Amino acid sequence: MSLTSKTTDTTQVITVHSDRIDAAMAIQFKEDMRSTAQGGAPRVVLDLTDVEFIDSSGLGAIVASMKQLGSERRLDLAGLHPFVEKVFRLTRMDTVFKLYPTLDDALTAAAD
Amino acid sequence: MGAMAMCDENCMDLNFAATEAEASTGIARISTCLEAQGLPQHKAADVKIALAEAINNVVEHAYAGITPAKVKVRCRLHENWLEILISDTGNPLPGFRVPDGVPAPLGSSLDDLPEGGFGWFLIHELTSEIRYEHTNGCNRLSLRFDFPRLG
Repeated sequence: MSLTSKTTDTTQVITVHSDRIDAAMAIQFKEDMRSTAQGGAPRVVLDLTDVEFIDSSGLGAIVASMKQLGSERRLDLAGLHPFVEKVFRLTRMDTVFKLYPTLDDALTAAAD
Repeated sequence: MGAMAMCDENCMDLNFAATEAEASTGIARISTCLEAQGLPQHKAADVKIALAEAINNVVEHAYAGITPAKVKVRCRLHENWLEILISDTGNPLPGFRVPDGVPAPLGSSLDDLPEGGFGWFLIHELTSEIRYEHTNGCNRLSLRFDFPRLG
């Protein structure tokens, strides 16, 4: 699991460089998110463009990552493949997170 | 990676060690093979999600506290349906029955949000039929996916 991070103004973009977030990497993902997001901007956008598959353990790790940010910061998700989006929709997590089709959409929305 | 016994037109048997890493590779491999065998694309996502949840349950729960052995996956792809049989020699499901597919409640605050408990709900939601039996120390979970073809 590899994450890269870029911060502009009030937004930190964290990009996932993996084609899946599943049970085999959920714990590592959660830890990497904790260290990468530490002390960053109030808004975090998780760029999932490379992620083609997620299971419920991966979903749980993203939820845990949002909790780690605390109530002062928020986590939005961008670049969801139809497959990944379906898992969010089925579990109704699409009502908890703001989902953007692309990273550009997420960054444009911030300017509103 | 485990041994793939066959991957012909409509059968596939795959065995692998019940570890998270082997399961991750195994799930990807089975999905790729099923699509190559002609599983309709609109069904491929459903199958992959349910398959992953079922196999992860074996790795995380059936072999919890005991030495992990093998997971055996057998797929039979028919004209209008797919059957996947997942067997293991781990602990039986609680009460020797398939757990209910109740969705994890989202709660009312950030801290209440569930980080798990989605697995069986997703399996119920995405399959047409689930059967389970525990005989001779072996769990056999059968998942069926119907996909009526148009015309």
